[in-house]
Amino acid sequence: MTDGPKPYLTIENVWKYYGKFLALQDVSLTINEGELVCFLGPSGCGKTTLLRAIAGLDLQSSGSVTQAGKDVSNLPPSARDFGIVFQSYALFPNLTIERNVAYGLENTGKSKPEITERVAELLALVGLPDQGKKYPAQLSGGQQQRIALARALATSPGLLLLDEPLSALDAKVRVHLRHEIKELQRKLGVTTVMVTHDQEEALAMADRIVVMNHGVIEQVGSPTEIYREPTSLFVADFIGEMNQIPATSGGDGAVRIGGTAMASLSHGLADGAEIIAAIRPNDIIPHGPGARSGEDVIETESNALEVKVQEMEFLGSFWRCRLGNALFGSQDLIADFSINAVRRLGLEEGADMMVELPRNRLMAFAQSEAAAA
Amino acid sequence: MTDAAVPTPPSGKPIRGKLSRDDIIMRGSMIVIGLYLLVTMALPLYAMLSKSFSTYTFNLGAYEVQVSDETGANFSEPVSFAAMNAEMGVVSDSDLIAGSDGRLGVTQFFPDFSFRSPVMYRVRNTVDGGRFLVGSTLNEGTDWTELDSNTFRRVQLRPEKATGLGNFQAYFSTPALSNSIKNSVIIALISTVITVTLAFWFAYALNRSCMRFKGLFRLVAMAPILVPSLLPGIALVYLFGNQGMLKELLFGASIYGPIGIVIGSVFFTFPHAFLIISTALAISDARLYEASVVLRASPWRTFWTVTIPGARYGLVSAAFVVFNLVITDFGLPKVIGGQFNVLAVDIYKQVIGQQNFEMGAVVSVVLVIPAIVAFAIDRIVQSKQVALLSARSVPHAPTPHAAKDWSLFAFSSLIAVFILGMLGVCQFAALVKFWPYDLSFSLNNYQFDRMDGGGWGAYFNSIKMALLTAVIGTAVVFFGAYLVEKSNGFKTGRMLFQMFAMLPMAIPGMVLGLAYIFFFNNPENPLHFLYGTMAILVICTVTHFYTVSHLTATTALQQMDREFEAVSASLKQPTLKLFTRVTVPVSLPAILDISIYLFVNAMTTVSAVVFLYSPKTSLASIAVLNMDDAGDIAPAAAMGMMIFYTNAAARILHLVASRGIMARTQAWRGR
Repeated sequence: MTDGPKPYLTIENVWKYYGKFLALQDVSLTINEGELVCFLGPSGCGKTTLLRAIAGLDLQSSGSVTQAGKDVSNLPPSARDFGIVFQSYALFPNLTIERNVAYGLENTGKSKPEITERVAELLALVGLPDQGKKYPAQLSGGQQQRIALARALATSPGLLLLDEPLSALDAKVRVHLRHEIKELQRKLGVTTVMVTHDQEEALAMADRIVVMNHGVIEQVGSPTEIYREPTSLFVADFIGEMNQIPATSGGDGAVRIGGTAMASLSHGLADGAEIIAAIRPNDIIPHGPGARSGEDVIETESNALEVKVQEMEFLGSFWRCRLGNALFGSQDLIADFSINAVRRLGLEEGADMMVELPRNRLMAFAQSEAAAA
Repeated sequence: MTDAAVPTPPSGKPIRGKLSRDDIIMRGSMIVIGLYLLVTMALPLYAMLSKSFSTYTFNLGAYEVQVSDETGANFSEPVSFAAMNAEMGVVSDSDLIAGSDGRLGVTQFFPDFSFRSPVMYRVRNTVDGGRFLVGSTLNEGTDWTELDSNTFRRVQLRPEKATGLGNFQAYFSTPALSNSIKNSVIIALISTVITVTLAFWFAYALNRSCMRFKGLFRLVAMAPILVPSLLPGIALVYLFGNQGMLKELLFGASIYGPIGIVIGSVFFTFPHAFLIISTALAISDARLYEASVVLRASPWRTFWTVTIPGARYGLVSAAFVVFNLVITDFGLPKVIGGQFNVLAVDIYKQVIGQQNFEMGAVVSVVLVIPAIVAFAIDRIVQSKQVALLSARSVPHAPTPHAAKDWSLFAFSSLIAVFILGMLGVCQFAALVKFWPYDLSFSLNNYQFDRMDGGGWGAYFNSIKMALLTAVIGTAVVFFGAYLVEKSNGFKTGRMLFQMFAMLPMAIPGMVLGLAYIFFFNNPENPLHFLYGTMAILVICTVTHFYTVSHLTATTALQQMDREFEAVSASLKQPTLKLFTRVTVPVSLPAILDISIYLFVNAMTTVSAVVFLYSPKTSLASIAVLNMDDAGDIAPAAAMGMMIFYTNAAARILHLVASRGIMARTQAWRGR
């Protein structure tokens, strides 16, 4: 860590109560300079509360926030250094685009021509150089969002806060804009915190994701870490999809599903403990009926099992199949198979087939977490 | 992570945020406006309440007197007035109850008293705090004062002040007074039923039929708001009074009394009820009607299962508003009430007629109770109405139906004729020489300077007062509402402010005006200098109409993006800049609405200001009252119509101005 990332924003032991309701419980987090961090979680998980505490809009009940080496814990928003973009954009409806963007530049000792120049520069930056004379209501939602971004960046803040910036937009605009925001952020190198409930958005944009639930940070990590190595069942389930199969531990690196022992990722849970075995639908590998190790590509014999295709659903780029096996009881195993695989194996409803639950994708979580999640 | 012990919440005080300069300015301003409301409303009301519990009685036992013989020496044994009264019974118990200025002469206890006799008298207080006057000198000690008989006749006892329910006991044991409660409630109930029924069908016709001239009907329905409630009374005098042209229609009944009050009340409360019910009917959901048609319900059944339930909050709310308006109204029963006593007029009679301020305060307290109950229920009902409107509602568009449309048209025309007729009668009476004998045209009735009531000066005072109220009131109300809506933290302060802002609606004008006398006419009050000025009229009127203005402002502010303040703060710009550059321009329509509301009401109000005007600051509406009182009914009608035309002109001006301003500054609204 000698030449590693420099911490820019440090949140230490932050608690927040709304009356009796605990919105944030002992949250600590470090955000590095130039990083784009996403707060991700279901609604009511405390992500917006944490953002508002960072901005000073809703002070935390206790704990500290340090920004660029300065303790800002109890400062009002106007004494902190950040730009903010809200879901509603909050553009001033009676001011033109230019004057919206120029709003924060006034009274800062800048001359008129300097302001005009800066506004033009910002409008060019967000790709709307010729819209300056219009009013916000004359722009589309996506355009308004970019103007809000330009306004927030006008004063060159050290920290950019985005509160669900894309959730009011159409799906297509959203995908386009998240790419642009990411691009812009990388170009300017501004430390950015974004709140979202959309896991896809978080995975696509963030350098690091902070997954939150019930006012607690569940996991912090890069998108791939969060997806591949969730540390809790909640994270596993919230990011992407996950089959959850009641099972017992067969010691570290092994699980027993309905009495059948399978190899799994290391989980450190005691032998015999009630657990939840978990695997993502697209990690399940399909094989033809009666496939054997050696002649097909089954890696771990113990992790292969015979199933019956109960139901198939065509979802455009893949097939979603519900697979039945006595091991899972009445529950079905959900697996996503590529169109290729379905064609190659000739799968159809009612067919028998082999699947493998690869050992390096099969996870195990303590049972108590299932209750919590 | 979850396996770790759950961390314990930190002990000690929660973090206290540092206040930004804006926070301090906003809290400071809010406290200032809060104090304004405290001083102009809460404190006067408190003064009134304490007045209603103050009783004054002569305590005859607190004085002793000695009488000498003819030589002027040899005094008799001391004897108290109480003992003398018990023996002779000169003063009855009820005469011992007095007002704060009560005085009791003492010579009546000496039947053979003569101011020329050489007999000497000695008088003293037996207890500290007893008081009697010799001429204008107040004696409070217990030492004997020796007086010759000529001076002794100038001795007057002063009553003792106490706190208690005495005034209320006196009120409820005097049927002439307490009957008014029943009268007021009955009148208010009858008027409410009639007004709400008529207003419902009128609103129904305008919202749910395809009849013609809807815009015109709407305009006519709003006209009564532009005149003081006295005016329908005057019109009724002309129509049904002793020389009325339609007097026979009453079959011998007198218009002076409940009949007149009810008809006049229906006239002046109609627009209020119509507005509320019309809003409720306008938001009905077309999908319910489609469902009803699909289910083959008859129109009658649809009416009772869809229309009425949809409008029920509006109906209930309108009923309470009308009830409140009628029970607190003073002008109309004053003009047309005759011998039929109602609460609001009783206050006036007690205070202006009999100078019995304590009893005036008691009647005020009695009047406040139904007013507050009606107000509270109305607020609860209105808060429920909001939930009724969902964003997905589809507006209901009526379909033509000849029979229905024409009968509703006939009904609406009748209402319009009623309203226009009342106004027309007043205007006609004002323009003729001498109703009903000489109907030739004359402008004599406009020579206000030759009548009592303040003349044209009063009219211009009214305009000045209304303009000041509109400008100052709008500024105070809007800024106050902004502070309440957009301040950070300071929850208790904001809640208190909100409460203060809601209270004026529940306080009848008469009560507020009387409370102002008690508070501002007290020489010990440092604000005493305001008494009798234009300023107190403006202050009183702003406070009187504060609540509706405040609600208009808060509604407009709540529609604004909640994050503007946060964005502005993050850009390090003062909140005041945001307020002037964004909040005010965006809220301009609401601001204009508030100012015209205040202007119109300031022009027509009588109740609060009737206690507060001075000869120099008489108002047009007061002039109507006084001229009518003096028998100059035609000039009163003329002045009333002047108020109508002024308000109508103000409305038109307001419309033109808001269109103009809108076109110039609200270009952003359109695409």
